[in-house]
Amino acid sequence: MIRLALAYLKDRALVTGFSIALIALGVSSLAVLLLVTNQLEQRFARDSAGIDLVVGAKGSPLQLILSSVYHVDTPTGNVPLGSLALLRGDPGVERAVPVALGDSFMGARLVGTSPDFLLIHGAEIATGRMFVATGEVVLGADAARRTRLGLGGTFTGTHGVGDDGSAHDRSPLVVVGLLKPTGTVTDRLILTPVESIWQMHGIAPPEAFHSETTHKDVEHAILDPRDGPQAEITAILVKYRNAMAAMRLPGAINRETALQAASPAVETARLLTLFGAALDGARLFAWLVAITGLMSVFVVLLSAATVREGDMALLRVMGATRAQAAGTVLLEGLLIAGAGTVLGLAAAHLLLALGASTFPTLAAVGVGPWLFHPGEIAIAAAVLGLGALASLMPAARVYRTDLAETLARAT
Amino acid sequence: MSPLLAIEDLHFARGERPILSGFNLRQAHGEHRLLLGPSGSGKSTLINLVAGLLTPDSGRVLLNGSPMPADAKGRDALRRRDVSIIFQSLRLVSALSLQANLTLAARLSGKPADGIPALLNRLGLQARAQAMPRELSQGEAQRAAIARALITRPALLLADEPTSALDDRNADLVGQLLVEAAAEAGSTLLVATHDARLKAHIQGALRLGA
Repeated sequence: MIRLALAYLKDRALVTGFSIALIALGVSSLAVLLLVTNQLEQRFARDSAGIDLVVGAKGSPLQLILSSVYHVDTPTGNVPLGSLALLRGDPGVERAVPVALGDSFMGARLVGTSPDFLLIHGAEIATGRMFVATGEVVLGADAARRTRLGLGGTFTGTHGVGDDGSAHDRSPLVVVGLLKPTGTVTDRLILTPVESIWQMHGIAPPEAFHSETTHKDVEHAILDPRDGPQAEITAILVKYRNAMAAMRLPGAINRETALQAASPAVETARLLTLFGAALDGARLFAWLVAITGLMSVFVVLLSAATVREGDMALLRVMGATRAQAAGTVLLEGLLIAGAGTVLGLAAAHLLLALGASTFPTLAAVGVGPWLFHPGEIAIAAAVLGLGALASLMPAARVYRTDLAETLARAT
Repeated sequence: MSPLLAIEDLHFARGERPILSGFNLRQAHGEHRLLLGPSGSGKSTLINLVAGLLTPDSGRVLLNGSPMPADAKGRDALRRRDVSIIFQSLRLVSALSLQANLTLAARLSGKPADGIPALLNRLGLQARAQAMPRELSQGEAQRAAIARALITRPALLLADEPTSALDDRNADLVGQLLVEAAAEAGSTLLVATHDARLKAHIQGALRLGA
């Protein structure tokens, strides 16, 4: 009977193709929305794990989070080095990690930081060692693949986070370590001491500064009377020691200093809420497209049940049961819905692959085109269920056909 | 030995109008018979009753001595296994090629489909095996219907006006092939028709109606 159902579909290939295309369009839209939102949410959650607060220059808190935590936007500005020591000296702060941003190499962002950056995402050295001296870098797993740099490899960073910045030719960097993949933003980064960034920009580091700088060191640094550009950092990634710090620190920083404190959890939730309304609209539209496709299945099968009543009668005459004859119609509906679903899901992943290769931002935020989500099964089940529902009435019509009456009309 | 087909005191009416009243028939294994009569005389109704497509008001239809099953499933099984029907215009499933139609009929009956090439050859249709029903001429289509009905090698082959829509040449060819192919398949043949041209091929005749 499946061959017969396929033969009927082939017999009216154009209409069948149209129904399949509509369903596939709806399913692919739904799947793309599902995959992108889910992967973004997961990625945001993973990337911001271990960071309770980000302290940076005044400006958009969302931009601060996007640039300093997710590394997808330009930084809001720089903050004085002294603020790092102030935070490290706060009893409510367990960890304060500096980040100096604004440079890159072959699209991978350079992050001037301290060794405890690895603690944020639980990153570990795969080969080589952690950076120690100025000019040394360790590469995240994706960054290593992208730049094709290995241990001992040297390169010069580029000013800016795009591909068109000027090179910092005077300050070559050398790869001393490669990180194990973490599934977080760290994979895409090139980590180096903050001093490397300063050196690339011709800024002399404060004499007393080192990665584990203390309040006292920084006071000394701030009072450094030398002329020229001052050593600054872009932001500080903070992990609280206790819940009280969460209550006290953000407000205190925002009220009492020239700095800005932003919570990744709050800003990410705000971003997803902003996206949420648009996503809900897109999701509704995708369902409308899919349901239009399924309604076309209903209309096509209902008219086919009438046009084909002679065929169905002949099938019964040949000994097919009522259920077999009606089952052919049901099967047709399921085959159309099934083909639309499979094509739609495949198209969704292909579209994401195409999107990730065309729009670097998609790849940058970690949208993986070949990751499967269980929600895809739910979409497939829903569409197949609706396909069966759309076929049910035409199938019931065939089931209830009075054979003798049909034969009297058809012969 | 019981006849292949026995019809005993069969009554059937449409509403108040009686179509068949006390009809009797005994037809031996391998016997071919014409059921003649004008339009409205009840020929098609009788064919449908014998095929189990209609239920008589009273009386019995026996095949090989066994009464027609009372339930729909039993009658479906009977048509799959033992009884095939040829109609005047309802010949093949429209979406399937000739060969696929025959394969479907064989599959439904649970019988092997390996005799298809020989049967198509016998009916002069070997070159049309892959043709769709709409691509067949009237004569080819009716021969194809014979092939579709005989591929299951039914014990009883029923035909309802098999030649009425055909010109003389095709009617003669189809009549001849119908009889020969049914004989080769070992099928008993009962043909309902008002087409007197078939008398040239089937001698045994029974008249219905006025």
